[in-house]
Amino acid sequence: MSVDAATVRKIANLARIAVSDAEADALVPELNTILGFVEQLGEVDTSGVAPLSAVIPNHLRMREDVVTDGGIRDAVLANAPQAEHGFFAVPKVIE
Amino acid sequence: MTTETASSYRIQGATGEWEVVIGLEVHAQITSNAKLFSGASTAFGAEPNTQVSLVDAAMPGMLPVLNKECIRQAVRTGLALGAEINRVSRFDRKNYFYADLPQGYQISQLYHPLVGEGSIPIEPDAKDGPGEAKLVGVERIHVEQDAGKLMHDQHPTRSYVDLNRSGVALMEIVSRPDMRSPAEAGAYLRKLRSILRYVGSCDGNMEQGSMRADVNVSVRRPGEPFGTRTETKNVNSVRFVMAAIEQEANRQVDVLEAGGRVVQETRLYDPDRGEGRSMRSKEDAHDYRYFPDPDLLPLELSEAFIAECEASLPELPDDKRARYEGPLGLPAYNAAVITADVETARWFEALLDATGKPETMAKAASNWLISDLFGALNRLGKGIGESPVSPAQGAELLNLVADGTLSGTLAKQVFEIMLETGDDPSKIVEERGLKQTSDTGAIEAIIAQVMEANADKVAEYRGGKDKLFGFFVGQTMKAMGGKANPAVVNELLKKALG
Amino acid sequence: MTNLTDLGVAALRDGFRKGDFSAREVADAFNAAVASAKALNAFIVDTPDHAIAAAEAADRARASGEFAALSGVPLGIKDLFCTAGVQTTAASHILEGFTPTYESTVTAKLFAAGAGMLGKLNMDQFAMGSSNETSAFGNVVSPWRRSDGGNAPLAPGGSSGGSSAAVAARIAPGATGTDTGGSIRQPAAFTGISGIKPTYGRCSRWGIVAFASSLDQAGPMARDVRDCAILLEAMSGFDPKDSTSLDVSVPRWEAGLSGDLTGKRIGIPKEYRVEGMPSEIEALWDKGIAFMRDAGAEIVEVSLPHTRYALPAYYIIAPAEASSNLARYDGVRYGLRDLPDGGNLADMYSATRADGFGKEVRRRILIGTYVLSAGYYDAYYTKAQQVRTLIARDFEQAWQSCDLLLTPTAPSAAFALGEKTADPLAMYLNDVFTVPASLAGLPAMSVPAGLDGQGLPLGLQLIGRPLDEQGVLNAGLAIEERAGFSARPGQWW
Repeated sequence: MSVDAATVRKIANLARIAVSDAEADALVPELNTILGFVEQLGEVDTSGVAPLSAVIPNHLRMREDVVTDGGIRDAVLANAPQAEHGFFAVPKVIE
Repeated sequence: MTTETASSYRIQGATGEWEVVIGLEVHAQITSNAKLFSGASTAFGAEPNTQVSLVDAAMPGMLPVLNKECIRQAVRTGLALGAEINRVSRFDRKNYFYADLPQGYQISQLYHPLVGEGSIPIEPDAKDGPGEAKLVGVERIHVEQDAGKLMHDQHPTRSYVDLNRSGVALMEIVSRPDMRSPAEAGAYLRKLRSILRYVGSCDGNMEQGSMRADVNVSVRRPGEPFGTRTETKNVNSVRFVMAAIEQEANRQVDVLEAGGRVVQETRLYDPDRGEGRSMRSKEDAHDYRYFPDPDLLPLELSEAFIAECEASLPELPDDKRARYEGPLGLPAYNAAVITADVETARWFEALLDATGKPETMAKAASNWLISDLFGALNRLGKGIGESPVSPAQGAELLNLVADGTLSGTLAKQVFEIMLETGDDPSKIVEERGLKQTSDTGAIEAIIAQVMEANADKVAEYRGGKDKLFGFFVGQTMKAMGGKANPAVVNELLKKALG
Repeated sequence: MTNLTDLGVAALRDGFRKGDFSAREVADAFNAAVASAKALNAFIVDTPDHAIAAAEAADRARASGEFAALSGVPLGIKDLFCTAGVQTTAASHILEGFTPTYESTVTAKLFAAGAGMLGKLNMDQFAMGSSNETSAFGNVVSPWRRSDGGNAPLAPGGSSGGSSAAVAARIAPGATGTDTGGSIRQPAAFTGISGIKPTYGRCSRWGIVAFASSLDQAGPMARDVRDCAILLEAMSGFDPKDSTSLDVSVPRWEAGLSGDLTGKRIGIPKEYRVEGMPSEIEALWDKGIAFMRDAGAEIVEVSLPHTRYALPAYYIIAPAEASSNLARYDGVRYGLRDLPDGGNLADMYSATRADGFGKEVRRRILIGTYVLSAGYYDAYYTKAQQVRTLIARDFEQAWQSCDLLLTPTAPSAAFALGEKTADPLAMYLNDVFTVPASLAGLPAMSVPAGLDGQGLPLGLQLIGRPLDEQGVLNAGLAIEERAGFSARPGQWW
C-alpha cells in the first residue's frame, strides 16, 4: 500500500495538521518509504495469533467511587492561551 | 399521510405503503460520585471548570484510572436486561478533534464491549399510535466518557469550554433495529428509563441530559430489506424522539418517492421547528481510528464481582408488576401505573408496609394512591418524591377508613387538610372532630327528628315512593355533619321507615 | 579537595554522608558546570535554585543526622517529565511556555529522596528521534569527538540526548531518561555511560509527556551500574495513578549488586548478527561474551526468530499511539495557539499543530493516523500487534534456555550531526537492537564496553526477564568490572 498526495492531504486533515500542496508532495515519498519498510510484516504468518494486549502480565485495577479531585480551576486554566470567566475560550463554533 | 391500523404503523406514500425501521442508541449517564477515569465530582450544575481534574483537562502526562462503581452499574444494568456480561472487555480510543474533547479522543468500547446481547419487553401506549407489544433486542452496552460542554451565546466571537462533564461515565445502550413505529420507540425509551431507575444505574433525567438518544431511522416497503438509515443525534425527550422519527421517516419517503436516494448521514432534530437537518459539516471527519487504549489494560471481571452485581439487583418492574397483579391482587391498570416508575413503586410499598396489613389493604391503597394522591400531586405540580404526605400518614388515613373511623367523604376531607398542614390524620380527626359515628342511639335520634320534620315525605315513601330513601339518607347525613357511618345510617333508616 | 563534578551518584551520596563536603557545595559545583557548558545545549532550562534549595534542605537534615537516599545529589531531568512550576516542553515548540502545576511521579520520588534538579534536559522532540536533532531548542552536541582530529559535532544519541551528553560531560552526575524504543540505551551507548530501561510498569508514567503509552518507560542514566541501581530504586514503585503500573515491591538493587555470574546462562541471539554489522561492533560483542564467561556465566546460543520484524512493528505501533497521544496539543488548554486571521476552530487546530510540531513529529503523526484509518487498521495495527505477540513469545522461548541476553546496544558508534537527518529510515535503524525488548516490555540496559577505532564509545546491551532488573544490573556490572572503561571526552566546551 502506498499513499498519494491526495491521501496525504486527507490524513493531514484527519490529524489536523495544515500542509501546503508542496509539503504534501514532499511527504509522499517520505511516507511511502516508511510504509514500504513496515510492509515486510506481511511476510509473517500471524494466523491465529492474538494481538498483544498487555506487555507484562497485569490486570486492570479499579478505583473506588470517591471524589478526590476537582476544585482546582486555577490550575486547570493556568496555562490556557485564552481563558475568560472561568472558561477556556476558542474561536466561535457554529454547530 | 400516516395510516394507522390496529397494530402496524405505515406511512402512506404516493406510491404505496412504507414501513419504518427504528433503532435507538441511548446514552445514559451512570450514577456515580466521581468520573469514569478521574476523581472529579459528577454533580450537576457546578460553576464552570470546577469539577475538572488534570486528567479531565488532558494535561500532558495525565492517565486514566477506572472507577469500579461505573463498571458495577453497567454490569447490573446488563444483568437487568438479561444480557451477556463479557468477562473480558477493553477500552478503545475514538479519535476526533473538537473543543469539548480535551484528549482529542473519547475513551469508549468498540471492539470488546462490557455487555453483550440482551432484550427489553415493551408495551406501546395506544395513545402514541400503533405499535406492538414485543421484545426489543439490545445489541450491546458499552461504557464511555462524556465530553465537555461548549457555550456559544456568551461572547460574540468566541465559544466557551466548560469541562465539568468531561469524563463523566456514560453507558451507551444500543438496540437492535426492532422497532417499527414512534409508539414502539417511545415505549422502549420509557421502559429502558424505568429499568435504569429501578437498577439505580442512571437517574433517567432527560432534562439534565442524563439520558439522550441517537435515533436511527430507515424506511422500506413492507417485507423488503432494510433501507439506508440516518442517525439523528442527541434527542433529549421521549416526545421528541417520537416526533423526530415521524418527521424523518416521512422525509425519507418523500425523497424516495421523488426518485432520490436516502444518504447515510448524521442529522439534528430541532424540536421547536419540528424539523431535522443534516450535519454534513461533520461527516468528513468521521474516521475515528479506533484502537485499544494503551493507557488501560483489558478489563477482566471475576465471577464474584458479577455475582455481587446480580445479588444487589432489586425486583425489576415486570416482576413487580406480575407480583402486584398476581399475589397482591391489584387491578392490572393499577399494577402497571404503580410499577412504571421505581419511585412510585417504592412509595406504594412503604405505604403498604405502614398499614401493617399489606395483603388486605393493597387494592384500597393502590386506588387511593392513583386517584387521591396522584390527583393532589398533579394539582400541586409535585412529583411523588416531594409529596407533602408521607407513606406513613397515607397508611394511617387508609387504616382510619378501613376501621370505620372515617367515611370515604370524611377521608377526602381529612386528606385535604393533611396536604395543607402536613399533620397526621389521627391528629386532624381528633382536633376537628371529624370522626365518623356508628353510635346507633345518636343516629336513631337524628332519624327520628328527620322523620318528624318530613312527615309528608315519610307518608309518600311508605305509599311506595322508594326513591325518597336517598332523601332521608341525605337529610340524616347532613344533620350529622357528614360524620355518620353511611352503612349504619342506611340500616337504621330502613328499620325506621319500615 | 576533589573536583566534585568528577564524582558520580554513589560517591556524592557517600561523601555527603561522611561529611566530606556539603550538598550546597555539590550543587554549586554542578550549577557552575551546567552554566559553563552551553555549547553542548544539553539543557533547555537551568534550575540552579531548585538544586540549591534541595541541597540546603539536605544540609539542614544532615545537621540533625537525617539522610534520604539521594541527599546531596543533584540531577538533570529530561524535559519529558512534568515539573511543577518549571517549564516542560518535550522539546517542542507546541509546549513552549507550558508550566505544569503538578510534578510527575518519578521526579516527585526523586525529589522526595533528597535529589535536586539542575535543569530540564534537551531531547528529541516528543522523544521521537535517535540523534537529538528533532528538538525545537536546537541539537544537543555530544561531548565526544572523533580521534581523527576533526571537530565534527557528533550526535549524543536520542531521544535522551541531553541526558546522555550531560552525564558524559560530567555536568550532571545522573539524569532521568525515558525509553520507548531505545531512547535511554542508545544515547548511553553513544556517550560511554550506563542507562537502564526497567520492566514496563516499574516506573510510573504519570506526569511524563506521553509518546507511545505501551512502550514508554522512564529510567536512569548515569556513569556506572551502581549509580543506575541507586537512581532506579528511587524512581521505581507502584503508582495507583498509572493503570499500567506494576503493583510489586521495589528490590534493593544496589544492595544486590554482584558481578559474579556463576550459574547464569547468557543467551546470544543469533538474529542480532545482522548483515553489514561493523566488525568493531562484532568484536565488541565477542569481548562481551568473553567477559560473561570470565564472570562465571555459561554462554548459550538462542534464537529470536522474529527479531527483524521488531522495527517495522515498532514503526506502526509507536506512531499509531503517538498520533492519538499528541491529539491533545490543540491550542485550547495550554501551549501554543496559532489562530490565523478570521480562522475558525479547525483552522486553529491545523495551524497550531503545523507550527507547533517539528517535522519528524508531524511525519510520525501522519504515519500513525494513516495506519489507524478506516480500511488500514487491521492490515497495519492489528498485524503489528500480532507480530509483537510473536516477538514476546520469542523472548519467552529464549528464557527456557537462558537467564539474560547479551547484544550490542546500537549498530554503530555515534554518527555526526546531520549525517542521517535526510533519511528517516536510516535513522530508525539505529534502534534495531533496542526495539525488541521495548516491544516485549523487558528490562534492558546499556553499559559502555569499549571504544571504536575513532575513539568513540560503544555499548553492550543486556536484556532480562520481566522484573529481573537485578540480573540485568549484575551482568552489566560484570562487564563494567572487566571492560575497565575509563575513557571520557576531553573538555572542549
